[in-house]
Amino acid sequence: MNVPLKEKKLLEVKLGELPSWILMRDFTPSGIAGAFQRGYYRYYNKYVNVKKGSIAGLSMVLAAYVFLNYCRSYKELSESLLDCFASGGVSPDRVGLVHRLI
Amino acid sequence: MNENLFASFITPMMFGLPLITLIVLFPSLLFPTSSRLVNNRLISLQQWMLQLVSKQMMSIPNTKGQTWALMLMSLILFIGSTNLLGLLPHSFTPTTQLSMNLGMAIPLWAGAVITGFRNKTKASLAHFLPQGTPTPLIPMLVIIETISLFIQPVALAVRLTANITAGHLLIHLIGGATLALMSINTTTALITFIILILLTVLEFAVAMIQAYVFTLLVSLYLHDNT
Repeated sequence: MNVPLKEKKLLEVKLGELPSWILMRDFTPSGIAGAFQRGYYRYYNKYVNVKKGSIAGLSMVLAAYVFLNYCRSYKELSESLLDCFASGGVSPDRVGLVHRLI
Repeated sequence: MNENLFASFITPMMFGLPLITLIVLFPSLLFPTSSRLVNNRLISLQQWMLQLVSKQMMSIPNTKGQTWALMLMSLILFIGSTNLLGLLPHSFTPTTQLSMNLGMAIPLWAGAVITGFRNKTKASLAHFLPQGTPTPLIPMLVIIETISLFIQPVALAVRLTANITAGHLLIHLIGGATLALMSINTTTALITFIILILLTVLEFAVAMIQAYVFTLLVSLYLHDNT
């Protein structure tokens, strides 16, 4: 069955067709909003909106939030580490102190 | 160390884009809506909690004050969820910014006071003079009551800001102290760690209590004025 390239899902696209597939995606604002909406509902219906949802559905979201915030503040954390290096003696503890979990 | 301490209170920007919009909007993701009668566990829990809080808080005002129920319930949900999310590592808490708390406190307080002045003018003005004051004291007391009225929104905002900021700072400091002490003297580090655990429990409580207090006070101002 010959499905046109535009309507194939990502895992059905062959490797050679990948660049043209990416270029054919909908990059308009409503397209991007639609992608976020689809992603949200995929996650929601799989992990939260089930008969016996567990804490895992919520904790995965919170873990992703923590990770994204760490990525956002990585630059400042490593810069303050560089300041420590420049001002003299740094111990391995100091590294942990800066990237600490609090 | 000092600069690192206050770095978590800077407004987050990435490539010049205001990330803070996303961070303020994030708690809304955790409260899904549903139009079913029987929902999934997350929504059922949230609905149960919301019913508990609204019954406890909105049974005090009269009919006119109960029209504020939606506003006050969204307020307590927002402040509670934002404070609790701020306890996660590396996250940014919008309620540590005085600007935001003032932006919440002043309109709500002003709404309550202006409603009172419009609908029950005599009673609102009467609030400025407590019953049974000796006559010579009246002018001074009116001035004092006016000041205490105008300080209400400032107190609301500053209370929330100061509590949450102080809690976060303490956690940073004691956490840093625990890590630094670990190589020097393990027993002291252990004691400090236990203090840290107690502090975190306190912070969880403070997060929720502050939300409650903020909303309760607004509803009290409402009660006075409807």
